[in-house]
Amino acid sequence: MNEPQFKPVADRALLVEFGTVVDDDINRAVIALDHALARSCPVGLLEVIPAMVNLLIIFDPVLTDHRSIQEQVEKLFPLDLSGQENAKHHSVNVCYEEQFGPDLKTVATACDLSVDAVINAHSGPNYRVSMYGFAPGFAYLSGVPCAIQVPRKEAAIRDIAAGSVLIAGPQCLTTTMLMPTGWSIIGRSDVRVMTDDPEHPFLFDIGDTVSFKRISADELKWVAP
Amino acid sequence: MNTAQFRVVHAGPFVTFQDGGRPGNMRFGVSASGPMDRQSFTTANLAVGNQKTATAIEVSMGGLILECVSGAAVCAVIGGKFEIELDGAKHSSGAMLTVNAGQRLSIRPGESGSWCYLALAGNIDTPTWLGKSATHALSGFGGGMLKAGQKFTLFNAKVFTPRSPAIVPYKTQPFGGYVRVVLGPQDQHFTTDAKRLFLSAEFALTDAYDRMGVRLQGPALTINGSLSMPSEPVLKGSVQVAGDGVPTVLLADHQTTGGYPKIATVLACDLDEFVQLRPRQKFRFHAVQPEDAVVLARLAAIENRSYFDAVRHGE
Repeated sequence: MNEPQFKPVADRALLVEFGTVVDDDINRAVIALDHALARSCPVGLLEVIPAMVNLLIIFDPVLTDHRSIQEQVEKLFPLDLSGQENAKHHSVNVCYEEQFGPDLKTVATACDLSVDAVINAHSGPNYRVSMYGFAPGFAYLSGVPCAIQVPRKEAAIRDIAAGSVLIAGPQCLTTTMLMPTGWSIIGRSDVRVMTDDPEHPFLFDIGDTVSFKRISADELKWVAP
Repeated sequence: MNTAQFRVVHAGPFVTFQDGGRPGNMRFGVSASGPMDRQSFTTANLAVGNQKTATAIEVSMGGLILECVSGAAVCAVIGGKFEIELDGAKHSSGAMLTVNAGQRLSIRPGESGSWCYLALAGNIDTPTWLGKSATHALSGFGGGMLKAGQKFTLFNAKVFTPRSPAIVPYKTQPFGGYVRVVLGPQDQHFTTDAKRLFLSAEFALTDAYDRMGVRLQGPALTINGSLSMPSEPVLKGSVQVAGDGVPTVLLADHQTTGGYPKIATVLACDLDEFVQLRPRQKFRFHAVQPEDAVVLARLAAIENRSYFDAVRHGE
């Protein structure tokens, strides 16, 4: 793994960047550094926000500065990329029936596959929780198989229900609230990423793995309007 | 325990309950929210003897009229230069007032400023999300937006004689016209001309201004080549430039990640003054080195501490 680049951000943060293009190994390095920072807990560290290729470390400028944080980060190298020891696995139910997956046919046509083949491809692999973004609890799951990767739509569609299962490029996500999206809507899940548990308010930790299990509409535990 | 009840007679858009915010959740896609102008919010709370992160009301340019239905409480109204009226009597920003049952308190935009804070002595009872009352604009979670007809309760309502009828504002100097930034983290995506323009040209806020951010008006900042960068974390104060070259400054309820390059990031100690500017007000960006930005943050922390000690209401 290449040495990361460090970029100071204003008076209170440091961006640690492992690369500039989305790549599994780069994201694994980001997650490994996130875990290492959680264990080492440098003085003055307030918040760490991992993303696809970089992570942002927010610090208290009264207690530390960019250089001290960078030195603390450098001490954590080389990172242990094998050890995703804290990672949990989550099996998530998805109903792919037509009323919940309005874009399945379009995806199937674009990929020259049957709808069932798209569903099988989507529910086959283990996905990795790469980052959260866009809206609360929107977890970006990496690992959509090449055979069903489709680009974003030209324009976003408004008011997509909570629980929708979306794909775009190599990413998949399950939504937590009514939102617009330009991603393809392929199913509906009953997972609650926002748990209402004050001790553990978000179901997935970054670095966890997720797989999808095909269910019928009757089996969905809840359906957002 | 004394309880006071209030009824919202009028509330403009974006008048919200806010506490100190919910930092620490950006990794789950949740921005910190909390007050746009932290300095004024904290001052208002301390002046009425509340904890500095207690729930208060953030009043936007839409204005607010409250009626005290029962009970009584001391309040502080601080922030932009808004016009304050209690039962028809006029007061200025910084006023410390006692609101009694049957009285109406009105807070409307005045000569300057975009946000004003109303702190009531006691504990405002609101819904919370992730343990905090700060309203998250995108989802509406937390204490929420105030709406006409709504009632809310102030527990442990306190009435006392304030040390002085008004609080001397923290900044007595008018806005100096500069907002300090550290360049980056993606200034390398911009042409040399764009970077020079960014630091020399005049920018103005536009009406596209809410709790998520404010779009600026000024010269287009050209991005080098075609742009495709992965979504990455952003901060309150990030100056993000979309494909059209128009910069937006991200604010309290910003999305936690973004795929547009950030030419610069505003220093925390300049954000409170920046958010009080109004649409069409002009300013320039001034770049400082990261190590100097840290020194400025430390000086601001020292000044804040002595100012807060001076305004704090003690028993």
